[in-house]
Amino acid sequence: MIERHESVVVTTFARLVIPLTHLFALYVLVHGHESPGGGFQAGVILAAGYILMALAFGREQLDRHVNERLCLALASGGVLLYVGTGVPGIVTGSAFLDYSALPLPLSPARARWLGILLVETGVTAAVAGTLIVLFVRLADRDPDA
Amino acid sequence: MSELVLAGLLVLLGALALVAVSAADLLIAAIALGAYGFALALVWAALGAPDVSFTEAVVGAGATTVFFLAALLRTSRRRSNVPNPQRLVALGAVLAVGLVLLVATRQLPLWGDVGAPPSTHVSPRYLERTLEETLTPNAVTAVVADYRSYDTLIETLVIFTGGLAGWLLLARPR
Repeated sequence: MIERHESVVVTTFARLVIPLTHLFALYVLVHGHESPGGGFQAGVILAAGYILMALAFGREQLDRHVNERLCLALASGGVLLYVGTGVPGIVTGSAFLDYSALPLPLSPARARWLGILLVETGVTAAVAGTLIVLFVRLADRDPDA
Repeated sequence: MSELVLAGLLVLLGALALVAVSAADLLIAAIALGAYGFALALVWAALGAPDVSFTEAVVGAGATTVFFLAALLRTSRRRSNVPNPQRLVALGAVLAVGLVLLVATRQLPLWGDVGAPPSTHVSPRYLERTLEETLTPNAVTAVVADYRSYDTLIETLVIFTGGLAGWLLLARPR
């Protein structure tokens, strides 16, 4: 079981840094159209924030925010969001993952812009959920965890 | 100037790689590998590939190191002794593969060569039309998530299934 860290320096620092980490992950995701970064990097940064939470405040605190079930749901939901964004392309007779076929009142270019954001969000959820689950399983030694 | 920085970074990469494979304490090896990832991220940045650099920094320097440390928690920090004959075979194999790679590198187009196949095939099409077709100034994002979306979908599936497999393997029987 990962316990809460004893040092007040560690917990105070973590309390300060975790929200900033998550905010940065969100920025990297939504600003991927304009700057380096995107769904994958955002997912890893998001997971890093939660891993820091587990290391500083213990497994119980992490489970209060994201437990294993939620992580797995996040990971599967991310993959489904990615695939789902591609489906309208097939239905309308275009091509799988052709975002301009999204059934929205948008110009084709704007629809593709939105499609990129949707699939990147899916990648973020898939990567973050997978990494958190893997880390917890790898680092936690408790036999009945 | 930038060649000098690049050369320094490459020397640093080699040194960190040597530390990672030779350290007797595996904790040092894991940290050296993290530093190696960070130096590699700087190399990508110096070569003008910020997206790759970003990925290398968060995955190579960040996530991989944390996962190695978590794995070390489950085993010993000490390196186990490998018998000498096996070491020599491993060294020979590494040197042979390294030599083949070095020879193969000579066949690659020069970095930044505008006449090379990677620069003349579909790249110009993407660079010229990305903003108009997807309203996305960062062409890398548009290529990764739109033009080459199949690749990214499969990559995501690989991460997902790999993670699930790891999760199942690490699940302890009750």
